[in-house]
Amino acid sequence: MSVFDGLRFRKVYSPIHNLDPRIKFVYVIAIFIVAILFFQIIPLLILFFMQIPFVLLARVQRQWLRSLRGAAFLATFIFVVNVGTTYFTSGYLLTAPNVENAAAMTLRFVVLVESFSVFFLTTSPDHLGLALEESRVPYEFAFAFTTAVRFVPVLAEEAQTIMDAQKARGLELEKGGLLKRIRNYVPVLIPLIVSAIRRSLELAEAMESRAWGATKKRTNLYLLKLHKGDYFLLAITVGILATAIYAHFFVTIPTITQLI
Amino acid sequence: MIEAQDIRYSYQNKIEALKGISLTIQDGEFVAIMGQNGAGKSTLVKHFNGLLKPSQGKVLVDGVETTKSSVAALARNVGFVFQNPDHQLFSETVEEEIAFALKNFGFKSEVIEDRVTWALNLLSLTQYRKTSPFLLSGGERKRVALASVLAWDPKTLILDEPTIGQDHDQKEKLRQFIMQMQTQKKTVVTVTHDVEFVAECNPRVVLMKDGKIVADGVGKEILTNPALLELSSIVLPQIAQVFTKLAPLGFPKDVIDIYEAKAIILKAKESKQGR
Amino acid sequence: MAIIETKNLTYTYPGATKPSIVDVSIKVEKGEFVLITGPSGCGKTTLCRCFNGLVPHFYQGELKGDISVSGIDTLKHHTYEMAKHVGLVFQNPENQLFALSIEKDVAFGLENMGVPREEMRRKVDWALNQTGIYDIRERSPHEISGGQQQRVAIASVLAMEPKVIVLDEPTSFLDPLSAEKIFDVIHKLNREQGITVILVEHRLDLTAKYANHLIVMDQGMVRFEGDPKKILSSEETRLIGVGIPKATLLYQMLRKDGLNLGDSTPLSSEELADQLLEALTPE
Repeated sequence: MSVFDGLRFRKVYSPIHNLDPRIKFVYVIAIFIVAILFFQIIPLLILFFMQIPFVLLARVQRQWLRSLRGAAFLATFIFVVNVGTTYFTSGYLLTAPNVENAAAMTLRFVVLVESFSVFFLTTSPDHLGLALEESRVPYEFAFAFTTAVRFVPVLAEEAQTIMDAQKARGLELEKGGLLKRIRNYVPVLIPLIVSAIRRSLELAEAMESRAWGATKKRTNLYLLKLHKGDYFLLAITVGILATAIYAHFFVTIPTITQLI
Repeated sequence: MIEAQDIRYSYQNKIEALKGISLTIQDGEFVAIMGQNGAGKSTLVKHFNGLLKPSQGKVLVDGVETTKSSVAALARNVGFVFQNPDHQLFSETVEEEIAFALKNFGFKSEVIEDRVTWALNLLSLTQYRKTSPFLLSGGERKRVALASVLAWDPKTLILDEPTIGQDHDQKEKLRQFIMQMQTQKKTVVTVTHDVEFVAECNPRVVLMKDGKIVADGVGKEILTNPALLELSSIVLPQIAQVFTKLAPLGFPKDVIDIYEAKAIILKAKESKQGR
Repeated sequence: MAIIETKNLTYTYPGATKPSIVDVSIKVEKGEFVLITGPSGCGKTTLCRCFNGLVPHFYQGELKGDISVSGIDTLKHHTYEMAKHVGLVFQNPENQLFALSIEKDVAFGLENMGVPREEMRRKVDWALNQTGIYDIRERSPHEISGGQQQRVAIASVLAMEPKVIVLDEPTSFLDPLSAEKIFDVIHKLNREQGITVILVEHRLDLTAKYANHLIVMDQGMVRFEGDPKKILSSEETRLIGVGIPKATLLYQMLRKDGLNLGDSTPLSSEELADQLLEALTPE
């Protein structure tokens, strides 16, 4: 199942992958704030193109473009709705500023989606789990996250095995109308769920047997240390935020229609 | 008859699991497919009921190419019992579980009723007819899974690692069960790494390594060939281990049966005393 | 003093109609290699879980009788306290590894106990080396074989430096060669580190030769306990349904037909072969 391939630990070592996930997350939040700050299309365009060097440095162009394609449908929808509402409310007038505004709204959505996408594409689950562990999030959540990620490929394989086992008993998953096809999946879902429950029990036994809950002050084998690159990214983030706030309050940003 | 003609198979991640396998299994044969974990045993047998289709080459079941048939149609004649019964069990009662496949294959309800009773009987599960399969022990669940496959009386039975987690008595019952299937002229193919179990049954053995067949023949000969077994990371059966070390006494090396071993040793003792 | 001692241990799972173990009284000395065997459902798995407190703390239900492990009464202590003394390795390799890298998994118990990083690093590396998996320590658990996974499980228990390691059918899912490797690791830990080992197994042909203390259970009760050679040569043991090693069976068959190979019942093919060579080599 190729969907799950993306969640497997992919050891792609690029400078971006090695950055501290906490700093990366701060950067993403900053982009989020800036995107919300502006209505005008020019700053949003700048924001959008600013992601590209990161994407190229991290060598995740293909996956990034794929996620862009995924966002395309919703983006088009947003654009059409925006143009549509201004069209109808302004008395069937289609003006350049209105179209530009709709484009800005759409771009804002795209920038938000893309910044999160870049984050997840350049952060391995290991790293993410570690960041969660070291943050002030209770350990149970970090543990739940990493364990879930760890078992995704296992579950995927098991789902395949169960489907095979039932197909070998004559189950034809694709046969019948919609309702019948949904019912066809019951013999696949039930063993999957039962197996998940059994697995949780076995995991719990193993956890208990390895001193789970012994102290509230858990230690960690690994330590996330901030490096030069992280400080650099932090500086960039602060720079972006500062520029954005200044521009928002003190600079009147022209629209493209005004420039033309 | 099951025929594999120079088949190759690669998984999605490009790993080639089968690298040119040619194999023919006649009706009524008992074949044990052996090899290390990862040799391609399960991948191979999944071609016999169409779950997997070869990337190259052909697989023919009773003359029909598996690519030209659905899994359901092939499953009608090739019953596959998976290693973990919990990957199959989902019904509210054992009865429904056994009837599942029969319903899928379009059997009439009277026939289903009869077949379920017969299968329950065959595997000593009659008392559990109305029990939930989830409440049964591990060994009992394995029997339910087996019963649910036997119920539709397939010509060929494929057993994937049937001895895992079984104790001595359970394995003995399994062995007797396979013998019973043999007398009913069924083809039995078992994927296993349990050398002792295979030694007791002495079937035809197909030994695999890294996606290829490295040996195909009489169980006794293959299981007592140390070079072959080392190549495919299999352990010699205990009796064979003993006899390998008795080479200085001039004993034959291809002994896997305990009674044969006893006879040979007693004879040697007599001839020694006779001197 | 015995490292594990139980007196009339009886336990019923909540909702069960009859007890899983009945009146179990055993004594395990420090450094022993104990083998527990018996037909499916005989209670060996339940007994294992008594040793580290999973029974009764995790499973609830009522545990009657006395049990003392490493001097501690498991009834009066949390399971996490027992982890320092008793390590438990389970049957399914996949379902006891949670972390995204092997060494993080091995460190799991130590992290839970709040061990400082330096000390943790040392213990983790030691455990990885003892089980021969140091080279794969950065891999993820799903990428490795079942045999390697079980070695990770053993390492993660070993890192906590317990005095006793209990293994519940650890090789069920493994092929015989991988199983042998696991038994080698366990045997080495017993011999070199003096760790008391309690191994639950069906495959006596592979394991009987390591044990110096055998416990045979059936229907929740201990039927035989003591010297493996004596127990495995008795007819009664065979009747319970225990899989006697072929070498032992052959020895007995020959003895019945007049060929006595000596007083020591062989438990492995090597032992039997040696006996046969001695008896049958022309002078």
